[in-house]
Amino acid sequence: MKRLIRAGVVLAGLALAAALILALVQLPAAVVHLPALVATNLAQSGVEHPVTAVLLNFRGYDTLLEVAVLLLALLTLLALSGGEAPAPVGAADPLLQGLARKALPLIVLSAGYLLWAGAHRPGGAFQAGAVLAAGAVLLQLAGLLPAWAAPRLLLRLGLTLGFFVFLAVAAALLVGGALLRYPPASAGGLIFLIEAGLTLSLGLILAGLFLFVTGRRA
Amino acid sequence: MSLAFDLLLALALLWSAWRSLATPDLARAVVMFIVFGLLMALAWARLDAPDIALAEAAIGAGLTGALLLDALGALSARRARKGEEA
Repeated sequence: MKRLIRAGVVLAGLALAAALILALVQLPAAVVHLPALVATNLAQSGVEHPVTAVLLNFRGYDTLLEVAVLLLALLTLLALSGGEAPAPVGAADPLLQGLARKALPLIVLSAGYLLWAGAHRPGGAFQAGAVLAAGAVLLQLAGLLPAWAAPRLLLRLGLTLGFFVFLAVAAALLVGGALLRYPPASAGGLIFLIEAGLTLSLGLILAGLFLFVTGRRA
Repeated sequence: MSLAFDLLLALALLWSAWRSLATPDLARAVVMFIVFGLLMALAWARLDAPDIALAEAAIGAGLTGALLLDALGALSARRARKGEEA
């Protein structure tokens, strides 16, 4: 019986895969050629890299909501985990500690570079934030950074800064009649401002997903 | 040459995904998941999407992998404590 069910599941999976492949093959060609549209409007976007232009300018609204979703995920995690005290930092390998101390400045430098590079080549706030978060996780694993308890005011400000900067820019631009339509002259500066805030906040949020959880294990 | 590399990459992706899901050993599953993430980052790079490759390597393989390893450690610690109590 069990074998029969398993065979049925495999067959159903294969049928689904075949249907998906068939649908993909039969997909009609796109009517609007988006890469060409992006390329023609790139000059007004304030940045030179098409991916950043789409993320922060042409589809800025999506990115704003994405950041909100990440923040919401962290808030839910905090709400669920309650106010327990974090577990004490375990004794760590001195070699790992030395490595973490040496690597951290490079990690921060890389994050800064990724943020800066986002304007004209692959990079940007999400990647820079992830690198920052990885640095925090490394410090925690090396026993140099205690797991986080309930966030105090400063940490709360840091966690929400990126979202609020983004929201403030969006609200300020509403005066112009549309959400997140930057004036071409100041688009580059505004996008960099948003990305800098996002880098810090995303780094803290992604690190928080790790550091707030780690503290609850005991 | 590059076609052979791509085929190898696709095979390795499918293999690591299957191993990560099918293995009964949780630690091995997590390691295979990290391997899958790194291979996926390579695949994105091969598809000329360096932005996604960066995000995948940092978040998909790095952070998620660290979280899963941490969860694994917490699980085994809890299991060890349960064993002492019983």
